[in-house]
Amino acid sequence: MFYREAGQFKTSYKADQAIFPILQDRVGLGLIIVAALLVPLFGSDFLINSFMIPFLIFALASIGLNILTGYCGQLSLGTGAFMGVGAYSCYKLATIFPDVNILIHILLSGFFAAGIGCVFGLPSLRIKGLYLAITTLAAQFFLEWCFIRIPWLYNYNDSGAIEVPTRTLLSVPITGPSATPSVRYYVILAMIIGLTWIASNIIRGRIGRSWMMIRDMDIAAELMGIKPLNAKLSAFAVSSYFCGVAGALMVFMWLGAAEVESFSINVSFQVLFMVIIGGMGSLIGCFLGAAFIFGLPIFVRALPEMMGLAVNASTVDHISRMVIGALIIFFLIVEPHGFARLWQIVKEKLRNWPFPYG
Amino acid sequence: MRIQSLVMGVAATALAVTGTLSTAATVAAEELYVPSLSYRTGAFAGGGIPIANGFADYLNMLNARDGGIGGVKVNVEECETGYNAQKGVECYEATKGKGALVYNPYSTGITLQLIPKAPVDEIPILSMGYGLSAAAIGEKFPWTFTYPTSYWSQMSSILKYIDSNGGLKGKKIGFIYLDVGYGKEPIPLLDNLAPKLGFEVAKFPVGVKEMQSQGSQWLNVRKERPDWMIMWGWGAMNATAIKEAAKIRYPMDKFIGNWWSSAHADLKPVGDPGKGYLGANFSGIGTDYPALQDVIKHVVSAGNTQANPEDVGNVLYNRGLFNAVIVAEAIATAQKMTGKKVITGADMRVGLENFKLTDARLKELGLEGFTGAISGSCADHEGSGAVFIQQWDGSTFNKASDLISPMTDVVRPLLEEAANKYVADKPDWKGQTCG
Amino acid sequence: MGLLNEIFIEPFILIADIPDLFIQTLWEGFVSGILYALIALGFVLIFKASGVFNFAQGIMVVFAALALVSLHTKFGVPAWIALILAVAIMGLLAMGIERIVLRPLVGQPDAILLMATIGLTLFLQGAGETIFGGEPQSMITEELGLPTGATDWHVLGGRVTFQHLDVAAIIIAGLMVAGLALFFSKTRIGRALRAVADDHQAALSVGISLNQIWVIVWFAAGIVALVTGIMWGARSDVSFALEVIALKALAVLILGGFTSIPGAIVGGLIIGIGEKVFEVYWGGIFGGGVEAWFAYVLALIFLLFRPQGLFGEKIIERV
Repeated sequence: MFYREAGQFKTSYKADQAIFPILQDRVGLGLIIVAALLVPLFGSDFLINSFMIPFLIFALASIGLNILTGYCGQLSLGTGAFMGVGAYSCYKLATIFPDVNILIHILLSGFFAAGIGCVFGLPSLRIKGLYLAITTLAAQFFLEWCFIRIPWLYNYNDSGAIEVPTRTLLSVPITGPSATPSVRYYVILAMIIGLTWIASNIIRGRIGRSWMMIRDMDIAAELMGIKPLNAKLSAFAVSSYFCGVAGALMVFMWLGAAEVESFSINVSFQVLFMVIIGGMGSLIGCFLGAAFIFGLPIFVRALPEMMGLAVNASTVDHISRMVIGALIIFFLIVEPHGFARLWQIVKEKLRNWPFPYG
Repeated sequence: MRIQSLVMGVAATALAVTGTLSTAATVAAEELYVPSLSYRTGAFAGGGIPIANGFADYLNMLNARDGGIGGVKVNVEECETGYNAQKGVECYEATKGKGALVYNPYSTGITLQLIPKAPVDEIPILSMGYGLSAAAIGEKFPWTFTYPTSYWSQMSSILKYIDSNGGLKGKKIGFIYLDVGYGKEPIPLLDNLAPKLGFEVAKFPVGVKEMQSQGSQWLNVRKERPDWMIMWGWGAMNATAIKEAAKIRYPMDKFIGNWWSSAHADLKPVGDPGKGYLGANFSGIGTDYPALQDVIKHVVSAGNTQANPEDVGNVLYNRGLFNAVIVAEAIATAQKMTGKKVITGADMRVGLENFKLTDARLKELGLEGFTGAISGSCADHEGSGAVFIQQWDGSTFNKASDLISPMTDVVRPLLEEAANKYVADKPDWKGQTCG
Repeated sequence: MGLLNEIFIEPFILIADIPDLFIQTLWEGFVSGILYALIALGFVLIFKASGVFNFAQGIMVVFAALALVSLHTKFGVPAWIALILAVAIMGLLAMGIERIVLRPLVGQPDAILLMATIGLTLFLQGAGETIFGGEPQSMITEELGLPTGATDWHVLGGRVTFQHLDVAAIIIAGLMVAGLALFFSKTRIGRALRAVADDHQAALSVGISLNQIWVIVWFAAGIVALVTGIMWGARSDVSFALEVIALKALAVLILGGFTSIPGAIVGGLIIGIGEKVFEVYWGGIFGGGVEAWFAYVLALIFLLFRPQGLFGEKIIERV
């Protein structure tokens, strides 16, 4: 009833192959974007800085991991390190070429991550599954060590941390401490929308379909003319590109400075949880998963306050970890496709409402 | 059916999250809001817990005994950072809108991230004896304070101690450190002083992941045979290091931990083999101070603490308490100077720059002999406080030296150099000019 | 030239120069290798019988050790009873995991099961810190009757120190492995376990209860975890930082193969000794701290040339 496509006729291939062929989807997306644009007008700085910005950045990182794990079927535990490669290369670019706009640097830094991703993706040509997960673990620890041991990467700072310089766009500061949360939010929002659009088109296209064939059955895919070398390495490259850009955004637009621990194995796991809970092989799932993982601790913190109970900061941390852990198991058992599948079920129900079956 | 209820649950959660997000930033009036970035979880919790307890207990004692500071209650709110810089920034962003007066991050990593934010948000940072050493230069870092002393000054005090116990010249100093921003902080000073004072440095980094398996680092120590060992460790690293040192029979009285590497929590698990281990400290040990008795009376006995009563008076508990003393003194000074009761972060900065913690004032506070006198100024943000060396006797720490003041004449120019370097690539950095 | 010298000449001069240090390094590597092997053993037990790659083995080590210590220090239970209770807790945990996590996930792809154990890791972390507290605790070494102290062996003009605790750890580890080997080969349950490891379907058809076998295997892994936790905890502290070290067992598994108990031991020793010797004698070239990645990079190289590991079965999934 609410979600009926009956009567929406397509008269050209172009219309039929649009990303959102159904009117309701387009309206819904438009509403979401308008709402996203309005957030800074009504939300506090806290909402933007502690929820909206990290949520968007980690949604992008989840898209990166989802391309590799959800679409191409290669499990990776090295997301954090690939984000680090993006962040450190962006930092180097920004200090070597201070006059070039920072947004260009951020977009370029992804290519460095893509290159490193390809190198560590090479073993995937021989091994897969758990074994591959361990090679990505090797990537994680080796790169972490590089971030500490190669002082050139952080410009020989005594602290070993990278600090974000102030850079402007149209003479408005968009990075550094003097950039206001709203400005940073809008820049990130624009980038995320653009990159998500690119991702969705890559996935719909020839490359994306070759990934999914490799995921579903590699031997069959090879027989049908898909080269595993091209498909897997391209998945590693594209995935690492998105992770790298997310890492650069995380440091430049959110944290403002970073040490190695910002790219630790825990970040890899966090992004993996977003992908699992959000739904593997789904772009909307990345956003839902990221929103959930960032929203839950805030919720757990605020819930007892609303009920008038005082709860220690550490207890909140423990409880949210327990809840996330339990939810991961719960989702794997009950709904392995995560929030994305739930969203589909909701759409289905809306379509048939008020009747139980369509 | 199951799916339906699940969907409902998810929707309800989402609604609740948005609901709480919009209400979270309400500001309470008529209080002095002091956020406490604590870490009661993770590998560094052993250090984080007593500090957070000491900090909160002293301010809560002021609330209970004096009705706050200048008649205004202090509200201490903890936010869990897990010693993780990213979570620390999240905590900062979450609390800065509530009228936060000062941040005490208890992590050099978090401090480094907050330093550029402080002038923008106009909330000072008090990194008490940690953080960026160069922040001691007030002209360059108006918003950051390292009372009572910076890492570099402290390192120079430790070197002075070594010098007075057998000389420095021609000796080999081993430096074992946690391989993060914190541990790396004093290295430039060591490298700089080594040729000047004629000693040799051997460095032994310990990665966060290897904190509890330092076998190879100590084999390397055996290989290098340093005459003295200095440790910049934290959390679970300390006990392991001391145990490993005992294993290779490294003489404990040649092994000096900095003030984050010599607490009861570090030595208790080691016990007897740690006998003789030295540590730097700047806050008194034990509960034999009237102020601590007040804390026990008003807070601990009243059950308003998270601290284990027997931990009260331990090194790190007193460290947290001392931090609270500085905060309270700065607030009181700011109230006096501005004439306002409820002050802002900017007023707090003035307070931090102008408070004087003299020996007489310490006595008034009930902390006679607890620490050396500190007085800040516009230019000097470390207060040139001195440290003393303490020694573990198998069950507790005892003072083993008098207060050792830093080699200000050597360190100060280096600090200035480092501060200039920090500011050099930041064209719109705002310093201040002093008198 | 300088670099070649540092790689090929200086380390050997150093070895010849201070031979006692070299022996000590080998011994330290041997001991930590045994401990890596113990963690890897827990993985292998579970992987053999259920095909689950148990990422939670590391946190199980921490959980078991913390349970033991907390029972003694917080609740005042005598050490030996605490040990028995800790074993019982691991048994309950095994039953809970089997009932709640594994049974509903039978037949799912490996990656799903792996992720379920990652979820389990997170849950146990949160639960462990809530129940036992986050601060490091010292192992109740003496109360358990474990020896402390050390013996010096004067050799080649120097000394090599053997910690009694390390010697005890090796003896206990040896006894445990022998016990497990006997259990697997001589008992009825052990034979059933091997049958399940060979072929689930065939095992089911001859009347072996999979659920029961899984509980037993997870319980055995839990006991291995407890022993590992005691040993490692006695060497340093019991804290959640131990969990990261457990990740090294993954590299051990790559070397030794996922299904081989001797493989786990040999792999553990290679990594343990290799990383110590490499760090002490060649670490300087890289600026130190190479231990952090040595194991993983070794595993990575190994994967490229011998993906099934030293003792693994050849049926590895390859592309």
